[in-house]
Amino acid sequence: MAFMVFADGTGEEAPAAALEALTKVASLGGESCVFHVGPASDEAFAAYGAHGASKVFHLDTDNALPSAQATAALADVCEVGDVLLFSMGNLDRDVAGRLSARAGVPVLANAVDVALQDGAVVVTNEILGGTTRVLTGSMSEEATIVIARPKAFPAEPSGGGAPEVVPVPVPDVGHAGSAVVTEHHVEESEGPDLEAAKVVVSGGRGLGNAENFAIVEELAKLLSGAVGATRAVVDSGWVPYALQVGQTGKTVKPDVYIACGISGAMQHIVGMKDSSTIIAINKDAEAPIFGLADLGVVGDVHKVVPALIEALKTRG
Amino acid sequence: MKIAVCAKQIPDPATPYALDPTTHFVVRPDDQVLDDTDRYGIEVGLQLAEAAGEGSSVTVVSMSPSGSLQGIRQALAMGADKAVVIDDDDLRGAEALTTARILAAAIAREEADVVIAGTESTDGYSGIVPQQIAEILGMPSLTFARKVEKTDGGIRIERQTGGGYDVVEAAAPVLLSVTSGAVEPRYPTFKGIMQAKSKPIDTLTAADLGVQITTQQQIRTVEPVPARQAGEVIEDEGDAHERIVALLEQVKVI
Ligand SMILES: Cc1cc2nc3c(=O)[nH]c(=O)nc-3n(C[C@H](O)[C@H](O)[C@H](O)COP(=O)(O)OP(=O)(O)OC[C@H]3O[C@@H](n4cnc5c(N)ncnc54)[C@H](O)[C@@H]3O)c2cc1C
Ligand SMILES: Nc1ncnc2c1ncn2[C@@H]1O[C@H](COP(=O)(O)O)[C@@H](O)[C@H]1O
Repeated sequence: MAFMVFADGTGEEAPAAALEALTKVASLGGESCVFHVGPASDEAFAAYGAHGASKVFHLDTDNALPSAQATAALADVCEVGDVLLFSMGNLDRDVAGRLSARAGVPVLANAVDVALQDGAVVVTNEILGGTTRVLTGSMSEEATIVIARPKAFPAEPSGGGAPEVVPVPVPDVGHAGSAVVTEHHVEESEGPDLEAAKVVVSGGRGLGNAENFAIVEELAKLLSGAVGATRAVVDSGWVPYALQVGQTGKTVKPDVYIACGISGAMQHIVGMKDSSTIIAINKDAEAPIFGLADLGVVGDVHKVVPALIEALKTRG
Repeated sequence: MKIAVCAKQIPDPATPYALDPTTHFVVRPDDQVLDDTDRYGIEVGLQLAEAAGEGSSVTVVSMSPSGSLQGIRQALAMGADKAVVIDDDDLRGAEALTTARILAAAIAREEADVVIAGTESTDGYSGIVPQQIAEILGMPSLTFARKVEKTDGGIRIERQTGGGYDVVEAAAPVLLSVTSGAVEPRYPTFKGIMQAKSKPIDTLTAADLGVQITTQQQIRTVEPVPARQAGEVIEDEGDAHERIVALLEQVKVI
C-alpha cells in the first residue's frame, strides 16, 4: 500500500498540511509520494523530501483552475490500493471530490487521525461538537481518499533527501477543465500568522458591528497576537475569510485564545478547542463557549475589552 | 437559463439529535427543515434566473429519504418553480458518492445549464458532494463562491481562498458551490407560501434514476470523548479584566 499526499502549491511555500500528512505516513511506516499542483518550488520539493516523500509529481495548469485537470492527472499516476491524503483547503476538496466520483472510490472526510487496521484504512472523526469519536474503515480495495483536518498531526522532518521530481503533462479534460482564474486578490492582514500565533484574539457577532471589531484588533496587537473571527462576522463582511476560525476556516492551537462575543457554536469550537488556555467574554451566562473556557467572564465586551486594553497599556 | 439547486432537508438543528446505537445513522426527527446553508444557493439561483429573464427556471433537487416535504416547501415558497425529490428508504445513511450519483442523475434529466449547491451541509459537512456531481456531469466546478454573476454564456465568481479571493469564470453548463456570504436569502412572502402548495414536486426512487447504491465505508466504533474540563466562570463587576491580566501573567504571555 502506497500513500499519495496532495499538496496545493498554488500559494507560496510547502503547504503545512502536506508536511503533516507526510509525517503521519512516515509514522505508519508507509511509502509516500506527493502530488504538487502549482508553480514548481525547489523549497517545497526539498521540504517534502525532508518529511519522507521519495517522489513528487508536479502539475502546473497556469491560469486554468486546476480542479478537473489535477483530478485526471492524479487518477493516472495512482495505483490500485493507494491511500490518497488531502487537507481541507478549497483545491484539496475540489480534487478529492472529483477524484472520488471519477474513480468510484470512497472519501473519508474530516479525519483527525488515520491508521491502518488489518490492512484497511481507518479514520477517526470527532462529531457532535467533539463530544463523540467515530472510527470509520474503508471497504474499498481500489483506493481510499482521506481528507484530514489541518493540525490533526504534527509535522516533523525525518531527514530524507531530495525527492525525484516527475513533471506531469496537463491532461485535456474538455469542458470540465474550462474554468479560468482571471484575477488573484490577497487581503493583507497585519500581525502574526493566524495559524502559527501564540495568542489569538477572536471576535464574534456580539461585537455588534464592523467598527467595534477594532477593539479585538487592538487587544491582539497589545498581546502580539493574531486576529480571528467567527463565520457569522466573516459572512457579514466585517473581516475577510482569511480570519475565519472553525470547521470551514482555520484551525488554531495557540497558547491563549480569547473569544470576544462568540457563542461557541460547534463549528467554531472544532477550530480552536485545542488551544492551551481559553478565555471567553460573553454577556450570556448560558453561552456554550463557557463550557470549554478556562476563564469565562459573563459581561459586556464593550466594557471588559476596553478595560483590559487600558490595564495592559498601563502595565506597559 | 435552466437552474438546478441542490438542497438538503435536515433535522432541525435546534432539536437535539443523536446516533442510533446499532445502525449509527443520525436519528432524524420526523420534521425536516431546509438546511439553512441551502437557502443561499436557492437565493443565488433565483437571482440568476431573474437576471437571465424569460424562459428561466429554478428546480430544487433533493435526496430526502424521510417522507417529509416541509423543507422542500420552504424552498418553493422562496420562489423556486418546482422540485425533484428522491425519497427512497434504501438511501437512508447513503454515502456521499451515492448521494452525488443520485443528484447528478436527477439533474441530468433536467438538462440544467447551471447547478448550484452549498459548500457543505450542516449535518453531513463532507463538503465534497458538489464536486462529485460536477465530475459525474463533466462540468467545471466554480466552488466556494462568495459572489456570483452571470456572464455572456456562463458564470463568474469570487472564489474564497485562504488569503483572499480569486476571480474565476467558466461557460455553462457549470456547477457552483456558494458560501453563506454570497447573498442575503429572501424570506418567503405569504403569497409565496400559498403558491408553494400547488407547485409540482416529482418524487423518484434510486431505481427510477438507474443508480446503484454502493457501500464502501463502515463505522467500526463510536465512543464518547472525555470533555475538556470547564474552568471558572465569573460575573463582571467592573474588575473582570484584572482576572484576565492575572491569567495572562500566569501563562506567561505577558
Ligand atoms: C456547515 C457549517 C460550517 C460552519 N463553519 C463555521 C466556521 O468555520 N467558523 C465559525 O465560527 N462558524 C461556522 N459556522 C457557523 C456557526 O454555526 C455559528 O453560526 C457561528 O460560529 C456563530 O458566530 P458568533 O458566535 O459570532 O455569533 P452568535 O452565535 O450570534 O453569537 C454571538 C454571541 O455574542 C454574545 N453577545 C452579544 N452581545 C454581547 C455583548 N455586548 N457582550 C458580550 N457578548 C455579547 C451573545 O450572547 C452570543 O453568545 C458554520 C456553520 C455551518 C452550518
Ligand atoms: N441529500 C442531499 N440532497 C440535496 N443536496 C445535497 C444533499 N447532500 C448534499 N447536498 C448538496 O451538497 C452540498 C454539500 O453537502 P455535503 O457534501 O454533504 O457537505 C449541500 O450544501 C447541498 O447543496
